[in-house]
Amino acid sequence: MQFMLLFSRQGKLRLQKWYVPLSDKERKKISRDLVQTILARKPKMCSFLEWRDLKIVYKRYASLYFCCAVEDQDNELITLEIIHRYVELLDKYFGSVCELDIIFNFEKAYFILDEFLLGGEAQETSKKNVLKAIEQADLLQECTFPV
Amino acid sequence: MPAVSKGDGMRGLAVFISDIRNCKSKEAEIKRINKELANIRSKFKGDKALDGYSKKKYVCKLLFIFLLGHDIDFGHMEAVNLLSSNKYTEKQIGYLFISVLVNSNSDLISLINNAIKNDLSSRNPTFMNLALHCIANVGSREMAEAFAAEVPRILVAGDTMDSVKQSAALCLLRLNRTSPDLVPMGEWTTRVVHLLNDQHLGVVTAATSLITTLAQKSPEDFKTSVSLAVARLSRIVSSASTDLQDYTYYFVAAPWLSVKLLRLLQCYPPPEDGAIRGRLTECLETILNKAQEPPKSKKVQHSNAKNAVLFEAISLIIHHDSEPTLLVRACNQLGQFLQHRETNLRYLALESMCTLASSEFSHEAVKTHIETVINALKSERDVSVRQRAVDLLYAMCDRSNAKQIVAEMLSYLETADYSIREEIVLKVAILAEKYAVDYTWYVDTILNLIRFAGDYVSDEVWYRVIQIVINRDEVQGYAAKTVFEALQAPACHENLVKVGGYILGEFGNLIAGDSRSSPLIQFDLLHSKFHLCSVPTRALLLSAYIKFINLFPEVKGTIQEVLRSDSQLRNADVELQQRAVEYLRLSCIASTDILATVLEEMPPFPERESSILAKLKRKKGPGNLHLDLDENRKERSVNGGTADHSSTTSNAKAPMPPQASAVPVLRSAGPLFQVFASPTTSTDLLGLGSTIATQNSAPPASKGASLLVDVFSGNTAAFPVETPVAVGPVADENFSRFVCKNNGVLYENQLLQIGLKSEFRQNLGRMYVFFGNKTSTQFMNFAASVVCQDALQAQLNVHAKPADPTVDGGAQLQQILNIECVSDFVDAPVLNIQFRYGGTLQNIAVKLPITLNKFFQPTEMTSLDFFQRWKQLGAPQQEVQNIFKARHSMDIEVTKAKIMGFGAALLDGVDPNPFNFVGAGVIHTKTTQVGCLLRLEPNTQAQMYRLTLRTSRGTVSQRLCDLLSEQF
Repeated sequence: MQFMLLFSRQGKLRLQKWYVPLSDKERKKISRDLVQTILARKPKMCSFLEWRDLKIVYKRYASLYFCCAVEDQDNELITLEIIHRYVELLDKYFGSVCELDIIFNFEKAYFILDEFLLGGEAQETSKKNVLKAIEQADLLQECTFPV
Repeated sequence: MPAVSKGDGMRGLAVFISDIRNCKSKEAEIKRINKELANIRSKFKGDKALDGYSKKKYVCKLLFIFLLGHDIDFGHMEAVNLLSSNKYTEKQIGYLFISVLVNSNSDLISLINNAIKNDLSSRNPTFMNLALHCIANVGSREMAEAFAAEVPRILVAGDTMDSVKQSAALCLLRLNRTSPDLVPMGEWTTRVVHLLNDQHLGVVTAATSLITTLAQKSPEDFKTSVSLAVARLSRIVSSASTDLQDYTYYFVAAPWLSVKLLRLLQCYPPPEDGAIRGRLTECLETILNKAQEPPKSKKVQHSNAKNAVLFEAISLIIHHDSEPTLLVRACNQLGQFLQHRETNLRYLALESMCTLASSEFSHEAVKTHIETVINALKSERDVSVRQRAVDLLYAMCDRSNAKQIVAEMLSYLETADYSIREEIVLKVAILAEKYAVDYTWYVDTILNLIRFAGDYVSDEVWYRVIQIVINRDEVQGYAAKTVFEALQAPACHENLVKVGGYILGEFGNLIAGDSRSSPLIQFDLLHSKFHLCSVPTRALLLSAYIKFINLFPEVKGTIQEVLRSDSQLRNADVELQQRAVEYLRLSCIASTDILATVLEEMPPFPERESSILAKLKRKKGPGNLHLDLDENRKERSVNGGTADHSSTTSNAKAPMPPQASAVPVLRSAGPLFQVFASPTTSTDLLGLGSTIATQNSAPPASKGASLLVDVFSGNTAAFPVETPVAVGPVADENFSRFVCKNNGVLYENQLLQIGLKSEFRQNLGRMYVFFGNKTSTQFMNFAASVVCQDALQAQLNVHAKPADPTVDGGAQLQQILNIECVSDFVDAPVLNIQFRYGGTLQNIAVKLPITLNKFFQPTEMTSLDFFQRWKQLGAPQQEVQNIFKARHSMDIEVTKAKIMGFGAALLDGVDPNPFNFVGAGVIHTKTTQVGCLLRLEPNTQAQMYRLTLRTSRGTVSQRLCDLLSEQF
């Protein structure tokens, strides 16, 4: 996977994760173009599209669009389920997640994503294991360690 | 604010986020942010030391501001401080900030790396994971340098926790993607392969991704992974849906891992070991069988996961391309999906079938679905699905169904989405040419293309129809008649005027016998379009007119009248004016014989790869393997089956047209070519402008081009290649500019300009050297000779044909050099020029750009072949590598052009990293041939390149590496 974007129906970017080195300017341009392209598509349309030399896989959950860019040989359907599993993880962690949770706790959204995907590949696909890791980290929050 | 606030909430942050959300306008938001930035800045600069919590809060606010899309130029130091905090939550925020806002500030990098080092050695798995995530997220070269040795150690250490192994595996994957040169292969690789046997499926999942990435680069080292992957896959596929506990996803056993294992197997050919092969076939059959079983759940997640595995299995079946039964079963399965109610599945089935169409085992099976696919083209509501249908029709097209497919695509074109029209036009043009049995159908098809979608018909397409009409006598009369009729339409597309002008100018005589298309009617028809056309088209029409004067002496007066009018002779456009003046003059002074010779019919174009095909390939970009496969399989009948082309590599080998050596060449081929080509596209008609790769076939036209300038103007030594470059004191200044191209200005001072045009084939070459006298005084005692010094004498033969000893003021002298490469060489020959100008003797020595790469012949090959050969050339002296800073902007297209200009075939879809370039070719010398592979890896972040050359001869690797490194 090359990057993942979360954005609202109004086109506001809520989360962005880049797995390839790109300049800030390029990232902004890509996000802008892609958000526009996807928002212009009608519901019921196919979840995949060719975009530049990448394959885009996206899905809408309530007010949020989840969008992944994968390479030519990558599997579209499994990417769609990567999105779903991430949504499940957020949902479990926040308890019926909504856009506001992700806005106010954006750092958590990033931490959960890092436990699930790393370097653009699935690191741990078991929901239990990912949540266990996050809960462990939460328990550590205020502990002080000897340096 | 939501109710949940796990861990510790940061009240200040929540308030700030609320404030931003309440801003009514963009201006208000910016104002609020600036206020906050000022506040944070003052806190950071204040005298009072901040406690960890405040520091964390402010860093988090900065991060939020950055993610909103604003620039952040401070706070990095505070974030770095957080990394070494003894509170986990502060450390975590510090790492997040660093991961998102990487700064190449070198002081900080060493501090960051230090903190990471401490955490990696902390033996606390949570801390180690944070550090590994950070390395994987940043993935910079500096980090690779610091940790590329440490991460593999952690990965394979016996006492590493599972979760840390997972992070380490993917961290290594990322480092290997960004800086593969820094990740050392070693004894850890075998231990990594054995992670496929690990009990923890999470570890296996992460490890499979890593192994796949590594195996793509060095398949030999990871060969043992095949049997392990098959075994693992077999266990998953045959497990009951509850066996794998939390790794079962909506009743599908470990779908992610299955897909990854199937991906890994696609790095290799079918297993040779019969038992393993049998077991794999069994797995694939089971997966195909499961597709027929009733679903275990109605949830879309269930069917998606199941079908993800199925599609990956089909990809593997296609990749192996060896089991006819599996291929046909795959095709039938996809056929079912073509009519599925889920749009996603229809899309994927169309996409996957495209690759199946290129297998000889399943091509016929794919063809049976033609009606469904045509129906999809007409009825699908989503343009991206229709696009796939177009691709599939193109892929399944052969002689038996070409007429139907072309007709359907043409009729679809009228209503097609603007975004895909150009591509459809290209595809129709290619199919029409490839499967034309009689060329009248081809001509009709192309004219229809122009009629339905004129704006989307690129120059390549109409160049091509002209090339074909010129080369085939039998269709010329029909073409003339058809364009004449098409031009009758009151509003016709400018592209039609171009084709019409060209064809009537050449073959109008074939229909002039009919009183309805008499010469005068033809001329009036063309001229009625003249005023509506752009300058290049008008230029072309003027050329058609002068050709008419030759074809039809009876309209000479009318045409001269037109040329003589003020709107032509005094046209503000220089090109039009010049043509009008020259053509008028030519028609007045030249005798009928001369006119007939100069304006003779165009000679046939050399057969070569269609420039349209090249354009389509470029459009599709890298990675579209099926298109190339398709070409390899079906190319046999390109150009109507007359030329004996058996592969796509034909373009560079295209034979010189016989006319090039016939007597009247300089009179006919050259100047006529110039007559018809408009200035900006003069070489494009031959397909030369489109890619540098075709440069080898330029000579007949170019020779004449300069001649024409001399005939008409005679007062300037205009060398019509490109604008002169600045005068340089060093005579090898332009040398490196010729490494990737063959034509241009080599040298220039106040007196003399030296231009070059050259062509190379196998180990032979010919160079045309043009000496232009820039003064108005004659050069006396002019002599030019070529010297090969020292070792070069035995390696390279350069024979200069004698040239005139005088060059008149403003004139140009051409000298021909014949070149033979005997063995590989490093130095370049020197061109010594001596002449007398106004009594003083002038001596000039210029390094001649004859470089080893000129004797390159491109070689196309598949990914598999490439990596096999790459491995074979693995001896240390065979590889030469250079890492260097980019001297020019790192533009992908420019880089591609340079590699092709260098002479190698640019191989798309071979390197797993789409940003890398790989090429292959053979250097021909008289004594031997040297196979060469090259790989160029750009790192845009660092503005660096890494170039690797592997050839069977160390000296060749070195020389090619030196030459090419200079180009970027």
